Amino acid sequence: MSPDFLKLIFGRLTFESLPLHEPIVVGTFVVVALGGAALLGGLTYFRLWGYLWREWFTTVDHKRIGIMYMILGIVMLLRGFADALMMRGQQMLAFGGSEGYLNAHHYDQVFTAHGVIMIFFVAMPLVTGLMNYVVPLQIGARDVSFPFLNNFSFWMTVGGAVLVMASLFIGEFARTGWLAYPPLSNIGYSPDVGVDYYIWALQVAGVGTTLSGINLICTIVKLRCPGMTMMKMPVFTWTSLCTNVLIVASFPVLTVVLALLSLDRYVGTNFFTNDFGGSPMMYVNLIWIWGHPEVYILVLPAFGIFSEVTSTFSGKRLFGYTSMVYATVVITILSYLVWLHHFFTMGSGASVNSFFGITTMIISIPTGAKMFNWLFTMYRGRIRYELPMMWTIAFMLTFVIGGMTGVLLAVPPADFVLHNSLFLIAHFHNVIIGGVVFGAFAGINYWFPKAFGFKLDPFWGKMSFWFWVTGFYLAFMPLYVLGLMGVTRRLRVFEDPSLQIWFVIAAIGALFIFIGILSMLMQFAVSLLKREQLKDVTGDPWDARTLEWATSSPPPDYNFAFTPVVHDNDAWWDMKKRGYQRPLTGFKPIHMPASTGTGIILAGLATAMGFGLIWYMWWLAAASFIAMLAVGIGHTFNYHRDFDIPAEDIIRTEDARTKLLAGAK
Amino acid sequence: MNTDTHAAHADHHHHGDGHAHGTFSTYLLGFVLSVVLTAIPFWLVMSGALPSKQITALVIMAFAVVQIVVHMIYFLHMNTSSENGWSMMALIFTIVMVVIALSGSLWVMSHLNSNMMPVHQMPGMN
Repeated sequence: MSPDFLKLIFGRLTFESLPLHEPIVVGTFVVVALGGAALLGGLTYFRLWGYLWREWFTTVDHKRIGIMYMILGIVMLLRGFADALMMRGQQMLAFGGSEGYLNAHHYDQVFTAHGVIMIFFVAMPLVTGLMNYVVPLQIGARDVSFPFLNNFSFWMTVGGAVLVMASLFIGEFARTGWLAYPPLSNIGYSPDVGVDYYIWALQVAGVGTTLSGINLICTIVKLRCPGMTMMKMPVFTWTSLCTNVLIVASFPVLTVVLALLSLDRYVGTNFFTNDFGGSPMMYVNLIWIWGHPEVYILVLPAFGIFSEVTSTFSGKRLFGYTSMVYATVVITILSYLVWLHHFFTMGSGASVNSFFGITTMIISIPTGAKMFNWLFTMYRGRIRYELPMMWTIAFMLTFVIGGMTGVLLAVPPADFVLHNSLFLIAHFHNVIIGGVVFGAFAGINYWFPKAFGFKLDPFWGKMSFWFWVTGFYLAFMPLYVLGLMGVTRRLRVFEDPSLQIWFVIAAIGALFIFIGILSMLMQFAVSLLKREQLKDVTGDPWDARTLEWATSSPPPDYNFAFTPVVHDNDAWWDMKKRGYQRPLTGFKPIHMPASTGTGIILAGLATAMGFGLIWYMWWLAAASFIAMLAVGIGHTFNYHRDFDIPAEDIIRTEDARTKLLAGAK
Repeated sequence: MNTDTHAAHADHHHHGDGHAHGTFSTYLLGFVLSVVLTAIPFWLVMSGALPSKQITALVIMAFAVVQIVVHMIYFLHMNTSSENGWSMMALIFTIVMVVIALSGSLWVMSHLNSNMMPVHQMPGMN
């Protein structure tokens, strides 16, 4: 076969593209291939494919989609954390003339992949998953506004994750750092497929994120149950609303920036090049207009989780509900006014830098107000130190440290010293792990019994908690020290042997976190085995306050047999206090959306299109694009979009719950 | 079909969003206005009626802004009370975000421009 013909079919993809010369990657591939084969074999052996397809992959139920987001987040956490362990190992070893075990080509991909995966495919899915699961239940709705769109959004996120994972074994990932600044990410300096993998993974996943943002805004605005005015919404719903507003307002900026970068790379435009009027600095400016709101997109829902957890486990109404809402809204607006603090050193000069320095410091005021609200909620409360509350307390302590180093970095002259140092790395891990990750874990431990009908095992939960928290401090406090001593980020080898001890401590910390992650997996496994002992029959295992606890655990497909009516902020607490009686008769058929496979098919085609564009397989990109249009148009002729759950089914489900509740008393 | 859904909703306290569906005359007015607002800038450019290009550009921008408002009122039926005020809220938020992003970027980039360009001729360069 002629090379031209091969090129037409495979584009840039050749046998040399496979990283066969990298023993670490090959080893990983073997393990992943064996594990994947075992998984697929198992699914086939137990004939689970049909079940998975019908009940999960094609579902439009917000609860199942939420759970699938959480699974995606946890699976990708393992990948992202493997990268972290590799970096810690490399930096611990590469002293005194040693090159460590990662070559520069590989190491640069590792740190880029770590950042991209942790933000886009761990933190985002965990946060979106919790919002998806909890928000409709909290507002007394039966599903999100656009259930099919929700399924499609999820699979687009998976499509992006698949592209990132594919880059590990087919070709390579970007070597540019997680934001792929030009000119390094331009075609001249990164001619390989790495940056293209980066672009298309984020574009495919970004579509999903934006659509899911629109969906949840619409859900919160339109589907609240009677009586739930805006100022009676649970705080988690409020923070979710603000987060999704941020998503809808900021992700288009990312999409456009990456589109311009791809134009530079694919058709030779000069938006961000060094020559012909291009400005790489414009890229930095624009991507941070997305990038700063992004960190609030992640942390606001976590704030919401902590609010719910604190008030539930203190047995008190949340202190300062109104101020909490206003603080959230103010943070939403302010998060758009601080982006330049990510590039103080680029040379905007004193006036610009001081403006953005001051706005950055101002943003700590509403955040501080929130912190005091949580403290005052706990004050004189009867605090129960269950796992969600433990994570919340760990968050409060850790996040305050991260916040203080953040304000420190917000001072432009200080930033000139600390910019791109390990101090910065320690700072943002401090707020992202201490805020977002601890928040996600608090949320998982809090809502798990709601989702599955049994609590998580406390012993392994505490193991996970203590290893994570101590591991975090061991891993990142040394980085503060190193940063203050002037060590910059993304270094692969070191000269000064006196620094090594700090990297050893950090590596030990990473190992602790590793044990924490394993303990969490163990916690899931043990809880599954002990599910009878940990069973929650009441639907309200924590004596909680908001509407999601008014229904059974796990909730029926239709969430609520009757749409609840709300009179108070803590709707369920109020219902319990007033001696609410569950209605036992008068059930009517419930109108629900029907499952569809279109979402997963469309997302699969989008992923194939991304793959085609990455490898210059133009036929594949064109074919999958046309197929996408065809499937999309075809779906408009799908008239089986809804069905009614018959009243008998509802009576059966509700009677079963009545029996359970009677047994519990 | 349509009456059915509305009937089902009738007992449901009517949502109070008041979808304003335009009439023939409002659509016609909107159309005429947008044609006029397009024709004037076109004429300004073709005839060169204004003394400088810069003034022409500014005038065209002003017409464009008016044009946006006309479209929003006559074609998108937006007013302060549609969708319980959510449309207005979303519009204000959008304007705030766009103004921040555009003016901020212009400000930042112009400072970068004056600080960084042209490259100072240092010995050893070129």
